[in-house]
Amino acid sequence: MPKTKPDAYQEFIKGLWRENPVFVQVLGMCPMLAVTNSAENAIVMGGATFFVLVGSSCLVSALQRWIPRQVRIATYIIIIATFVTVIDLSLESLLPRLHKELGPFIPLIVVNCMILGRQEAFASRHSVRLALVDALGMAIGFFFALFALGSVREILGVGSLLGVNLFGPNFEPWVIMILPPGGFLTLGLLLLFFNWLKERKEQLLRRLDAMEAQGQ
Amino acid sequence: MDGTQPIAKAGEPSPLRLIATLAFAGFLSGLIIVTAFESTLPSITAHRELMLEQAVFKVLPGTTSLRRMVHRDGRLTIVERERKGEEVILGGYTADGRLVGYAIPGAGPGFQDTIRLLYGYLPEGRKVVGMEILDSRETPGLGDKIYKDAAFVANFASLSVDPEIVAVKKGNKSAPNQIDAITGATISSKAVVKIINTANALWLPRLEAAPGSQAETTPMSTKAAKD
Repeated sequence: MPKTKPDAYQEFIKGLWRENPVFVQVLGMCPMLAVTNSAENAIVMGGATFFVLVGSSCLVSALQRWIPRQVRIATYIIIIATFVTVIDLSLESLLPRLHKELGPFIPLIVVNCMILGRQEAFASRHSVRLALVDALGMAIGFFFALFALGSVREILGVGSLLGVNLFGPNFEPWVIMILPPGGFLTLGLLLLFFNWLKERKEQLLRRLDAMEAQGQ
Repeated sequence: MDGTQPIAKAGEPSPLRLIATLAFAGFLSGLIIVTAFESTLPSITAHRELMLEQAVFKVLPGTTSLRRMVHRDGRLTIVERERKGEEVILGGYTADGRLVGYAIPGAGPGFQDTIRLLYGYLPEGRKVVGMEILDSRETPGLGDKIYKDAAFVANFASLSVDPEIVAVKKGNKSAPNQIDAITGATISSKAVVKIINTANALWLPRLEAAPGSQAETTPMSTKAAKD
C-alpha cells in the first residue's frame, strides 16, 4: 500500500468494503462455501474466524521484532493453530450442538488463507494498534460475507432465517441452495452484485469528474 | 515481501536462533493447548455422557437406570468398564430393578459421513422401540431429517425386526417391519435402516442366547415398559 501515513480508520474500513476478503480478494473460500448452508453456522464460523484473526494479528504484530524472517511462516502457523485449537475446544465445551454441526471445519480455520495472508501482508510490518484495527476490519468483513451467503442460502433453501420460518407451509424450498452447488451459485451471484455496485460507483465518479472538467 | 529487510551480513540470525525461536513458539503453544484441553475436558466428557444417557432414556421408555453390558465368553455380562475393543450395549432397568430392554449402538456410512445412532430393543415382542441419532453429518434440510423429522423418528417407536427392517417409499408402510423413508433423503433413510439391521444381526442372537446370564437375573415380565 503506497501510503505515507497509515490511517487507523482507513485500515479498519478497507476490510469491510474496498478490500473485503471475500467479495474483493476472494480469499478463504473453503469455509465460505462449506458451512454457509444456514445463517447460524455462518455466524459461528464467522465468530471463530474473528477470534483467531484478531488474536493472531495482535500477537504477530507484537512479536514481529523477535520472529526471524526465515522462520516467520512456521511461527505464524503455530500461533494460528494454537488459537484455533483453543477456540475448537471452547466451542465443543460451551456450544456442543453447533460444534457438532460445523464438524471438521473449525480445525480447517488453521489453513484459511485469509488469516495467514493478513499476518504476512499486514500484521508483521505494522504496529499492534494498526494490526488490531486491520484484523477487526477484515474479520468483520469476512463475517458479513459469510452471513450474507448463509442467510441467502437458508432463506431460499429452507425457507427460514436463523431457524425462524419465513414463508409458511406452502413454500417449496429450493433444496439445491443448501447443497454445494447452491453455495457456488450464490457466491457467484453475490460477487456479480458487488462488482456491479463497484462499477456503478466508478462510473458515477468518472461522470462527476467529467462534469467538473467541463464546468471549469 | 522480500527485500523489505536490508540484506546485511550482521543482520542474519544464527541457525541456532532460528531453531530456538521455533522451539520456544512450539513450547508455548503446547502449554496453551494442554491448558485449554485440560480445562475443557470435564465439561466435554460430561456432555457426551449426558447425551448418551438422555438418548438411552428416550429410546427405552420406562427406564430409570442403566447398566453397561458386553458379550464376553459367549455370555452377556454386566461390567463396570469394558475392555478395550469390546462392544458395549446398555441395559435399561426400571426403578424396581426389572430389565426393560437394551439400548444398542450402531454406526455405518450415511450419505456424507458416518452416522452413529442408538436404538432401543425389547427382546419380548422382538421390537425396536426408539431410535436416536447421536452423530451425523447428513445434508442440512434433507438428510438431517433422520433426526429432525418427528414423523420419521416415530417410525421406530414400535417396529418389528422380523425378518428385517425395510424402508419403503413414504406413505407405503403396510407391515410392522416397514418404515416410511424420507422423500428426497432415501439414502439417509436406508442408511439408518441398514445400520440397525446390521447391529441386529450381531446382537439379537447374542441376546437370545442370554437366558440365565447375569443380564436377565430377574424374571421376564410380560408387561415391561410398553410406555
